[in-house]
Amino acid sequence: MTAEAAAEPATGSRFTPAPGAAPMRRMVAAQAALETRTLLRNGEQLTLTLIIPLLLLAAFSLEPLVSFGGGYTRIDFLTPGVIALAVMSTAFTSQAIATGFERRYGVLKRLGATPLSRTGLIAAKTSTVIAVELGQAAIILLVALGLGWSPDAKPTAIVVVPLLVLLGTAAFSGFALLMAGTLRAEATLAAANLVYVVLLGIGGVVFPLTKFPPGARPVLELLPTGALSTGLRDVLANGAAFPVKDTVTLAVWAVVGITLAARFFRWE
Amino acid sequence: MVKRYGALTAVDGLSLTARRGEVTAILGPNGAGKTTAIEVCEGYRAADAGSVRVLGLDPARHSSALLPRIGVMLQSGGIPPAVPVGEYLRLLSRFHMKPHDPAWLLDITGLTASARTPYKRLSGGQQQRLSLAAALIGRPELVFLDEPTAGMDPQARHATWDLITELRADGVSVILTTHFMEEAERLSDHVVIIDAGRTVADGSPATLTGSAGQLRFRAEPGLDTDSLLSALPTGSAAKESPAGHYLIEVPGGTIKPALLAAVTAWCAERAVLPSSLRIESRTLEDVFLELTGRELRG
Repeated sequence: MTAEAAAEPATGSRFTPAPGAAPMRRMVAAQAALETRTLLRNGEQLTLTLIIPLLLLAAFSLEPLVSFGGGYTRIDFLTPGVIALAVMSTAFTSQAIATGFERRYGVLKRLGATPLSRTGLIAAKTSTVIAVELGQAAIILLVALGLGWSPDAKPTAIVVVPLLVLLGTAAFSGFALLMAGTLRAEATLAAANLVYVVLLGIGGVVFPLTKFPPGARPVLELLPTGALSTGLRDVLANGAAFPVKDTVTLAVWAVVGITLAARFFRWE
Repeated sequence: MVKRYGALTAVDGLSLTARRGEVTAILGPNGAGKTTAIEVCEGYRAADAGSVRVLGLDPARHSSALLPRIGVMLQSGGIPPAVPVGEYLRLLSRFHMKPHDPAWLLDITGLTASARTPYKRLSGGQQQRLSLAAALIGRPELVFLDEPTAGMDPQARHATWDLITELRADGVSVILTTHFMEEAERLSDHVVIIDAGRTVADGSPATLTGSAGQLRFRAEPGLDTDSLLSALPTGSAAKESPAGHYLIEVPGGTIKPALLAAVTAWCAERAVLPSSLRIESRTLEDVFLELTGRELRG
């Protein structure tokens, strides 16, 4: 037994009631810390959120597997796309799978009987996603710099890039929770991975959207991954100040995703 | 309280009162509506009709005021499978102002050695014990325990009974469901038997089981119970079930010394030595089966 445990009386009145909820911020921080630890301990999730983006970054930048066109160096083209992929993997795929299984195992139900409110739980999940994204961004940017990445960006990128990432995170999270809160856990697992692979292929991550047929490109740029990768590339590789169309596209996806999730999410 | 799921009425006009500081046991066959009733009280779903007050609050409308004051042990699951036992309890402790020390709760539930074990690697009984510890972490006024000892070995079951007795002594109100009649008889101040979503009996275990109206003994199988019956006061009933186990009942009454003398005289005439002869009240299980029938439930 620890010294702390000695604070409990040995006998008599050990269970005298003294209830009370902790402050919301402490509950959210505790829940977010547990979710982050759980995620970092999970090998499959880590593969999805870190190993695959880094492998793509390294493989496609070191070898001319695809010609990107547009006068970019390979690493300058890839880095914004891989950041978009990392955001999608954490906010969408990983979150959908984790939440789907939490729902299936009754974890969400059990948390519903604690003082942590649903708003608090969503806040914890959002904090977890953002914490993991910050870790991903730090590692990906360091590796990219090591591979010779030299962004062509205006100073405003320091604001615009986080804004795009936040909007993308909101959009992906909305759809992640919509999927996790409506489908069976196994169906969520399959669908979330499928969407990940498809959007990796057609979302402008490593394959330039300019390589797709002219009619397809405007449509692909309207997908959340396409909008995020195109917007980030505009800001980080083309020196654009503010990609209006991509920002609006992501904002619309965010509103639609979160509205649908709020409407259809089932906790049990 | 009324609660419907589509065409199915799970709780059909159930009425019950659990008093503060008491242990109330809700008994009923599978599908009787026990879990639904408890989950309405926990605020998981709103009743379709009727009024529900828990600690004076409407659980459907004032859950944020109610939840910090109650502890909940779900019938199964609810704990993330990959999270170590100690970490989970520490998480829940951060949700409360004056939580119990997680290490101490692990100790009294016998889980200290498993503190680093993920939930999914615990045995069924250990999982139940963690779930019980989780219900107690916030020093609640009222705990809901849905089949708390299901899957526990006899040691853990007795330890849990002691714990529930201690909770009551320390002023915690307990509402539990169980299929173990012995558990209800031993722990509760108040038993509510429900069936098909309605209350069919309500009272203390002693009230429900009534006076000592049964005489049981064991002897060689196949004795003529008709002739035994004719030797007994009218209104008695005698039967052999299973073979070699004899039961004499005085429905609604008590076994009198004269009846015992009549039974032993009847045995002596036949050179039969009755063994394990006991005079007792009905058990809660007898009452339960009488009220809810013997057919199997879905």
